[in-house]
Amino acid sequence: MFFQKDIETMNRKDLESLQLERFKRIVKYCYENVLFYKDKLDKAGINPDKIKTLSDIQYIPFTTKEDMRNNYPYGLLAVPNKKNVRIHASSGTTGKPTVGFYTKNDLEVWSDQVARVAVGGGATSEDVFQIAFGYGLFTGALGLHYGLEKIGATVIPASSGNTMKQLMMMRDFGVTGLVATPSYALYLGECMKSLQYPRSDYKLRLGVLGSESCTIKMRNKIESCWNIFVSDNYGMTELGGPGVSGECTYRCGLHFAEDHFLPEIIDSETGKVKASGETGELVVTTLSREGMPVLRYRTRDITRLNYEPCKCGRTHVRMDKIMGRTDDMLIIKGVNVFPSQIETILMSTQEVAAHYQLVVRRKNYMDNLEVKIEVADPELLEDFGHLKDLQNNIRAKLKSILGLDAKVTLVEPQTIERFQGKAKRILDLRNETEE
Amino acid sequence: MYVKQLSIFVQNTKGRLADITETLAKAGVDIRAISVADTRDFGILRLIVDKPTVAVETLKKANMTVSLTKVIGVGISDKPGEFAKVLRVLSDQDIQVEYMYAFISRDKGKAFVILRVDDAELALSIIQKSNIHILTEDEIANM
Repeated sequence: MFFQKDIETMNRKDLESLQLERFKRIVKYCYENVLFYKDKLDKAGINPDKIKTLSDIQYIPFTTKEDMRNNYPYGLLAVPNKKNVRIHASSGTTGKPTVGFYTKNDLEVWSDQVARVAVGGGATSEDVFQIAFGYGLFTGALGLHYGLEKIGATVIPASSGNTMKQLMMMRDFGVTGLVATPSYALYLGECMKSLQYPRSDYKLRLGVLGSESCTIKMRNKIESCWNIFVSDNYGMTELGGPGVSGECTYRCGLHFAEDHFLPEIIDSETGKVKASGETGELVVTTLSREGMPVLRYRTRDITRLNYEPCKCGRTHVRMDKIMGRTDDMLIIKGVNVFPSQIETILMSTQEVAAHYQLVVRRKNYMDNLEVKIEVADPELLEDFGHLKDLQNNIRAKLKSILGLDAKVTLVEPQTIERFQGKAKRILDLRNETEE
Repeated sequence: MYVKQLSIFVQNTKGRLADITETLAKAGVDIRAISVADTRDFGILRLIVDKPTVAVETLKKANMTVSLTKVIGVGISDKPGEFAKVLRVLSDQDIQVEYMYAFISRDKGKAFVILRVDDAELALSIIQKSNIHILTEDEIANM
């Protein structure tokens, strides 16, 4: 099943010439409309009119998450604000979010991309989809929302949380498709079972799951729990949200929307483009975005690209499931968390020593974050209330900046494991407890 | 006259109080009174000891977070109503008790209370005026 068959199955040669045409245009467009890119290209000595081939991309400087932050709020907006019809954002270091801007046309293209991913994963206009992603600035919920509406499916914007109500709506509205994080999809299934709700009351057949990595083991668990078919998809706020790539029903890689994105694999140390089929850091250039075009965005995600045609008939390149990160970013409940963010929060709290540890666990298929802090300031012991205040204060700060409810644990000095003299900062126990 | 109290941050883990008290024992520190304020995860252990300075140094060496605070110790007769008198005196002057704990001594008929109040100076002068026995550090050391 295809959403835009002519594009999705376009022969490689035509696809590449379409990419080249769009690539030339987008570099010029960035140069003319975004000062940040003009400066970067000038500094690199690149004349956008001289770009002749797709491989010329290797001369264009990278764009990083740091660049996104430095250009907050409007630095990367390429159109006058009256053409900017939507702003999305994800949480970012030091409280500055990473933003995305969309023109009307961008929203059309975005929903096309998501529609392809949904159809690729088996969705049809007959389906009733419940979206259990949190609505708001996050691109996931509204991205899937408009993509699914575009294919004519019925959409229930349930948003996240309230598991009982989710299950009730799924049953009462005859929901056939679920959009959620893999862990939440599994949690819903486990709840249905433990409450002894009969599976026959539910019509669920598909899971279009995303916003956190889903191993094949995890997928198998979800599928056998619900007896459904699950597909994976990929995207990020920096690149407009979900719909960058997604699995077809053969599930042998996630098809990139190659008419809208130009992916590359680089060596994250040297920045050099790697040979076809090699594993490395994914770098993506947007080919169609108007509101916020991005040249060579370093995703920090590690994967591999496969240009072999797929059994499904799609010609667009497939990427492997993400194998890891080149930085220390954690994804907790779909929220991007950099340990440096937490460090900034902790260091702005006077009474806290330099030693802390982040412990990420998965309980009931839900991620949770514990921040352990060594209590080193004797002043805090004057009054028991000081310690409680400190705990609550840090928890509130983490909540307001990260949007995450973390558990704050106060521990004795020297109790956090030291690693070459430094505290071992991150303890990610999710895979140990889950699988 | 104040007495010195140790406040020690303690995680709520098995054996932790045993560790701390053993450390003090090795340094020859004798505990006079003890109190713990705790939550599920952590607590503050408060101690009155015979050698507070030695105790603080020992615990710091053992990487504990410890502070030394001034508190008021009063001695009262171990009879109904005696302690209530002390509290009434403080209450009449709007002095609030933040926390307190009591212990008895080897001398029969004597009880002691450690008080932490919001206005220690005022409390001390009122207690003095009311002819209530105020504990000194020497008394604690030689109990």
